[in-house]
Amino acid sequence: MKWDEFFVTGDPFIYAADASIVFTSIGIVFVLTYYKKWKWLWSEWLTTVDHKKIGIMYIIAAVLMLFRGGVDALLMRAQITAPGSEILKSQHYNEIFTTHGTIMIIFMAMPFLIGLINFAVPLQIGARDVAYPYLNAVSFWTFFFGAMLFNISFVIGGSPSAGWTSYVPLAGEELSPGPGQNYYLLGLQIAGIGTLLTGINFLVTILKMRAPGMSIIRMPMFTWSTLITMILIIFAFPVLTVALALMTFDRLFGSHFLTLADGGLPMLWLNLFWIWGHPEVYIVILPAFGIFSEIISTFARKTLFGYKAMVWSMVSIAGLSFIVWVHHFFTMGANAVVNSFFSITTMAIAIPTGVKIFNWLFTLYKGRIKITSAMLWSLAFIPNFTIGGVTGVMLAMAAADYQYHNTYFLVSHFHYVLISGTVFACFAGLYFWYPKMFGHRLNERIGKWSFWLFMIGFNVCFFPMYFLGLDGMPRRIYTYEWADGWFDLNVVATIGAIGMAIGFVLLIYNIYWSFRYAERETTGDPWDGRTLEWSTHTPVPFYNFAIIPEVSGLDAYSRMKRDPAQEKKKEYKPIHMPNYSGKPIFMSVAFFISGFGLVFEWWWMAILGLIGVLAMLLLRSFDYDDGYYVPVDEVERIEKSYE
Amino acid sequence: MAKKCSHFPWQHLIGFLLSIVLTLVALWAGLYSGFSMTIIIVIIVTLASVQAIIQLFMFMHMTESSNGKHQTHVMIHSAFIAVILVAGTIWVLSYGFH
Ligand code: HEM
Ligand SMILES: [Cu+2]
Repeated sequence: MKWDEFFVTGDPFIYAADASIVFTSIGIVFVLTYYKKWKWLWSEWLTTVDHKKIGIMYIIAAVLMLFRGGVDALLMRAQITAPGSEILKSQHYNEIFTTHGTIMIIFMAMPFLIGLINFAVPLQIGARDVAYPYLNAVSFWTFFFGAMLFNISFVIGGSPSAGWTSYVPLAGEELSPGPGQNYYLLGLQIAGIGTLLTGINFLVTILKMRAPGMSIIRMPMFTWSTLITMILIIFAFPVLTVALALMTFDRLFGSHFLTLADGGLPMLWLNLFWIWGHPEVYIVILPAFGIFSEIISTFARKTLFGYKAMVWSMVSIAGLSFIVWVHHFFTMGANAVVNSFFSITTMAIAIPTGVKIFNWLFTLYKGRIKITSAMLWSLAFIPNFTIGGVTGVMLAMAAADYQYHNTYFLVSHFHYVLISGTVFACFAGLYFWYPKMFGHRLNERIGKWSFWLFMIGFNVCFFPMYFLGLDGMPRRIYTYEWADGWFDLNVVATIGAIGMAIGFVLLIYNIYWSFRYAERETTGDPWDGRTLEWSTHTPVPFYNFAIIPEVSGLDAYSRMKRDPAQEKKKEYKPIHMPNYSGKPIFMSVAFFISGFGLVFEWWWMAILGLIGVLAMLLLRSFDYDDGYYVPVDEVERIEKSYE
Repeated sequence: MAKKCSHFPWQHLIGFLLSIVLTLVALWAGLYSGFSMTIIIVIIVTLASVQAIIQLFMFMHMTESSNGKHQTHVMIHSAFIAVILVAGTIWVLSYGFH
């Protein structure tokens, strides 16, 4: 391979990206060196096993990915605003919608939610860390290096261009030669390890590490939604692992699982992809439901309405989510019995979802509602998500889907559920838990501007797309003709996208502004919270709780505040904590090297990387590190410092 | 586990070797045996089931839990998913296509 094939050349956008990557890297290295922060970075963050820090790193990475995916989105909007424009060439457009979709789902939505889960769930259940802190670091770093591997594709070797769904035969060796599609396969495979480990880790954490008295029906709703999500991850992700492995074998080693020739079965890819893919969309929406439940109940200052109905509706959504996958390929041509079956199961999901909508509304009913930024995102979620759900039911009618499928109607549907569901929840959760994370609130005024711009922009951008779809505009086209008549609505959509972009920039500005000027938060309980995370100090000490709280019912912290007599005399005991470790990051770097080798079919490099991974596993196996105890006087000293 | 005196993970090693052998046999059956398609499929499915059972006992700590409740839960869930996955796939991919 020659150098000009290794680096992507010939496109001014790419050169600009190259330059910005180089300058940013130099900048980061310079700042770290100038302020002598390398050691701090290594010993406080890169080797950490603390769930709070890991959560924050997840969120930072996710925000960066949101930026990257957002730039992709703006480029696409710029290209299809007017017919026949030539900002992007066809191949480049294909690459961008592929990376946009993949990044937004796998490297933005999921990590953002997992970040919030990491930060909040152990605190909510009164635990000092997760069940397997070391594994948690492995989760983060495999996700991070999987994401990096995927991201460098656009400057080294070329990006995948077969869509985030990567249907074969298009994504096969013949029609998509070169490293692009391999990046997709390996990047997702490596990040998938992390997700699966998170699933196991939090399942055990929630089942085994709840504070005394917190029976399973006293768990906060966000913890419930996390528990169910983790079960979905554990059962759905292995399917993706296998599907990716099959395609990797086809592309790298010449097997014929999914090829057209030699008895391969291309439709098996679609089938496996969506057996994972539909649960996946619920993996990114259930935690969002949990976040909204917490926020709505906190700012309506009422206990969540219909706790049990909320739980049962999530359980049935999770169950149903495994038997609806064919709705993504009704048009593949299965017979009427198959399509009808999946049509009905799909529509059935709307029932538990509807139950939840009404429960949120009843929670608001007669509440003393306080409008904060977090609450605004949550309130906006209800009507917007309902639009997404209703159009989902329209798509669920197999016969009608022959009309809607692969048009902008579909594009609008999934953005309505994913943005007003998942993205709103990420923002809401960020505003909500921000004071706990960083010791100050985000500014409300900037927050509200950012919210209104983003929310209105979102509707202006995506509502017209329903009509574009009904007018026959297919998804994933890089240009169209004047005669198609799609110009007007596309202009409207692009204006909306700009609104969203400004909203996002304001959010980032808000982070900067609040870091500089916001009043420091010292009470630990800025919102009059209801659950245990608000009972901790701010900033949260590394052991979270000096004394593990005892839970006597739902909304545990509200109860404690109402009945302070319950508070017991403080008698500290030594606290057992895990040690930090550098192995997770080294192991993930080895995964990255191995993945990179496989992408370019440089076998020596792939093997070298795998040896590194094995070496790290081996080292870990002979590691008899049982953690350490924080002595009582140190706990006392730390607790005193908050008074 | 404290009750075992030996530190060496014999179970894992045996399970690992058995898994490799079973996989190689399946590979041989598929590539070189020359049996008819039906027989090959029967062999492979049988070997896969045996291997699944081996993994459950050798690696997945099926017998080590203090109470069986979680194990039962997990097994029922897994069976549910496995049936959906296999039966569902065959149903979806074999009806209506010719
Ligand atoms: C009432 C609930 C829902 C129903 C009935 C529903 C139904 C559907 C149907 C039938 C399709 C396929 C349409 C086609 O390809 O022609 C679809 C696509 C999609 N849905 Fe939903 N959906 C629902 C909720 C959700 C949620 C909550 C999410 C994610 C948060 C979601 C994300 C997606 C995505 C990403 C796609 C498109 C995937 C692609 O082809 O790239 N949906 N939905
Ligand atoms: Cu779906």
